[in-house]
Amino acid sequence: MGAPRRVLARIYSFFRKPPLDADFEAEIAAHIELAVAENIERGLTPFEARRQALVRFGGIDLAKYQQREARGIMRLDILLQDLRYTIRSLSRDRGFTIIAILLLALGIGANIAVFSVVNNLLLRPLPFPDAGRLVWIAPPPTKCGLSCATYSTDAYDEFRMFSRSYQDVTGYFAFSGPGNLDLNLGGAPIPATSIDVIANFFQVLGVQPAMGRLFRPEDGNNGAAPVIVLSDAWWRRQFNADPKIVGKAFDMNGNQTTVIGVLPPTFDFGAVFSPGAKVDALTPLNLYGPPRDYGNIITLIGRLKPGVTMGQAVPDAAAAATHMCWNNKQPGSCHQYTGAVVPVPLKDYISGKLRRSLVVLWSAVGSVLLIACVNLSNLLLARAAARTKEFGMRTALGASRFRIVRQLLTESLVLSGAGAICGLVLAAALIAWLRHQQALALPLLSLLHIDGAALGWTVLIALVAAGLFGLLPGLRMASGNLQDSLKDSGAGSGQGRKHERLRSILVVTEVALACVLLVGAGLLLRSFLQVLDVDLGFQPQHAASINVDYDDSAPNDKDGSLGAARRGVIFQQVISRVSAIPGVEAAGISDYLPLGQNRAWGLPWPKSIKQPENVHGSPLVYVITPGYLRAMGTGIRGRDISWDDGPKSRNVVLINRSFANFLDQYAHWPNHDAVGQIIGGNGQEMLVVGVADDVHEESSEGEAGWQIYYSAMQSGPSGAQLVVRTTLPPAVLAGTVLRTLRDINPKQAMAEFRPIQSLVDHANSPRQFFMLLAASFAGLGLLLAAIGIYGVISYSVTQRTQEIGIRMALGATMAQVRRIVLFKTLRLAAFGIAAGAIVSLLVSRAIAALLFNTAPSDPIAFAAMIVLIGAVAMLAGYIPARRASRINPMVALRNN
Amino acid sequence: MGESKLDLLQGTLDLMVLQSLAAMGTQHGYGIARRIEQASGDEVLLNQGTIYASLVRLQQRGWIAAAWGTSDNNRKAKFYSITRSGRKQLAKDAAHWQRLSDVMVRVLAMSPEGEL
Repeated sequence: MGAPRRVLARIYSFFRKPPLDADFEAEIAAHIELAVAENIERGLTPFEARRQALVRFGGIDLAKYQQREARGIMRLDILLQDLRYTIRSLSRDRGFTIIAILLLALGIGANIAVFSVVNNLLLRPLPFPDAGRLVWIAPPPTKCGLSCATYSTDAYDEFRMFSRSYQDVTGYFAFSGPGNLDLNLGGAPIPATSIDVIANFFQVLGVQPAMGRLFRPEDGNNGAAPVIVLSDAWWRRQFNADPKIVGKAFDMNGNQTTVIGVLPPTFDFGAVFSPGAKVDALTPLNLYGPPRDYGNIITLIGRLKPGVTMGQAVPDAAAAATHMCWNNKQPGSCHQYTGAVVPVPLKDYISGKLRRSLVVLWSAVGSVLLIACVNLSNLLLARAAARTKEFGMRTALGASRFRIVRQLLTESLVLSGAGAICGLVLAAALIAWLRHQQALALPLLSLLHIDGAALGWTVLIALVAAGLFGLLPGLRMASGNLQDSLKDSGAGSGQGRKHERLRSILVVTEVALACVLLVGAGLLLRSFLQVLDVDLGFQPQHAASINVDYDDSAPNDKDGSLGAARRGVIFQQVISRVSAIPGVEAAGISDYLPLGQNRAWGLPWPKSIKQPENVHGSPLVYVITPGYLRAMGTGIRGRDISWDDGPKSRNVVLINRSFANFLDQYAHWPNHDAVGQIIGGNGQEMLVVGVADDVHEESSEGEAGWQIYYSAMQSGPSGAQLVVRTTLPPAVLAGTVLRTLRDINPKQAMAEFRPIQSLVDHANSPRQFFMLLAASFAGLGLLLAAIGIYGVISYSVTQRTQEIGIRMALGATMAQVRRIVLFKTLRLAAFGIAAGAIVSLLVSRAIAALLFNTAPSDPIAFAAMIVLIGAVAMLAGYIPARRASRINPMVALRNN
Repeated sequence: MGESKLDLLQGTLDLMVLQSLAAMGTQHGYGIARRIEQASGDEVLLNQGTIYASLVRLQQRGWIAAAWGTSDNNRKAKFYSITRSGRKQLAKDAAHWQRLSDVMVRVLAMSPEGEL
């Protein structure tokens, strides 16, 4: 029972040092007095009595030390002593301390930020309970966009019935466009985005409401009262975080819709399923209402039963696929999903594509920290060299080597600790900024935060960094010869030279690492520029789009032709009014825009020939008005849709070049020209009136697929995006265009006038993001390497002041001295570049998969790296060179 | 000076202090040190200052108690006394030492084997 009691007593003693010390002093004094009194009694003289008493007592300081050691926590005492000394010596050397902490803060801060992103996307499970059991169910990628990545309502029911691996399966309507919900609070309607989800959506994901309730099965039934669940962000923004919102009803899209619940801030539909697009609200999908026969509309998400592995789920899904029909009423449409029902872990679907980029980024940021450590190691070596005498003195006074290394490591830890704290602040700022980059198409961005794991990572890298940059100078110091260091006058001695060699090696390492970073960033930059250079098939500059609300409903419209005619009139009016606005060059309407949503309606086939069995894919469908293709800047051969292509006239389409070429392989049209040919699909015949340029509809980087354009007066569009091409900046026109639209239709919502360029930017944003990060890390690496070079050259100039003085006294010119110093710099840089180039060649092959139209050994990237590092090295060397050449030989020789 | 004196084995000082206090009742540090010197017949090499580390150790374990008081000749000093758990510990340690020393005596009494 003595042991725990003693620990407590020791801790207690540690904190009561001054009173306990005073108590012990008094006790010693009493001891000596008692001894003196006894000695005097024995007949000794007072002087002799005191002398003998002191001799018998032994060393008073030793007794104090032993007593303290027995009493308190000696290690902690020493640590505190080291800390006090460290802080004193660091605050004396303020310039060094600030630079060191700054270097570390940049290195560690960047690491924490990237770690948080990596943790958010790769390490942490998705923000759902038991998220490992969630799977995304979709066909392997094919050539018809979203329509081939979704399932029909019949197929959903059958999959749910015939699969055995799932606790439950849910899904959502994949074709909701942004701004599909008009909120009427009186005045102009406010556009918002809402997604229809199957009623069990939240049960499957395991999301609980922050307020109110989420959907019940009956909410999705025919004739159910319209209900809506708000996202946390929309509830705060649009409804001022009204705590009594649940139960209130609002006019949404003309229906009184009751708010039944508010989602927690941790669930953001957009962040998980449609990165970069905000989703304001969720509404129940009526599986048995009109969407029943829309075809493929649902994306599937399943929750596996506990214990079911992917290895079991995949064959189970394949087996269930054989029971799935596109439409139960058409037996021919069964078996169409065979091979097209493949579950993947939901997390892989969401962040799998980013894995490689993130790993590359992580390595890059690690290299930056490594460079910072090498740099600091260098600075500390220089400092240690200056402190040789101090340590020599301390050793002479009885400090052990271990004690001195411990002191140096304490210094490193204090520096890295301070750097980590500053880095944490830096990272927090960076992450707060990133979290609000809503235009950035990265998943889960809004959930980004510094969590316990990130803090743990911070502590870990701070410790590793301290070890990295502190150990080398520490060992250097401890292994030095005591006598030498006391005798060493500093300049030009052997110790100085040895230091210099070590420091040069460190700088070469640094330069090499910076080279690798620069080459990597250069390759990514080149790829990004290549992506920007891609001919998208439309001209994003000088064009903008706005969502148009219209009402084309017509009574007794049996075949839709009355509505189509009415739509034509409305669209024609909109376009002619908007075209009349000064500065508008062209205007037109399409239901979908490239790089946004898409869908397909099957594969139309030339009328004259029979469709072979083994052709797959279908062109993406765009329902457009005259002028749309011109407004987008897409070239046409043949003619555009015209206002005369109405419901009563012959069906016409335009197809894109790739699709025309594909069909021509089978049809062998005269002159390989599709214009004027007839193709059939969906039970109707269509005249190809024009061939349009290939448009990149899914991404800038992928291949352009197949497209087909229908007339908005002959087919039902899923909405209307008015595209305006203008000579003016789009923002200038926004007000006028919206006013015109509201003039035509008072129900028009206050929709946003979005530049088409923003669609492209959004699609390119992940690549741009990674490129920018890689470039800033490379820039940081370059800066650190430059500081390193400057430090070494500058130090060697200081060390060689005398030598340079003698040279100049003997007749060397300023230019010659400068040349000597610059040559030294160049040699260091050359070694570094050579090593870096070799490593880069290996590393760049590893990132080849991230490049676009750029070879891993791209000579321009390598040449640019060499020129850049060479130039920066010369600059870093020029400053000390200039100083060297200004040395006054008289002063230099007199000094020391 | 102390070539012939014994160096103290680790842990023996604590036992000596406990035994002194058990024998003498309440005593100050100097008194304990003198007592050990006298009892050992001046055989042990004791820097009197070193007993204070031992005193603090014993005190923290709760085996002895300490309080400032006045000596016979009216001097202020810190007085130590053994506690009940200290007496228990003393009995245990003394028995242990006794066994150890018996073993040592027997071991050292062996005559070298194989020597004729």
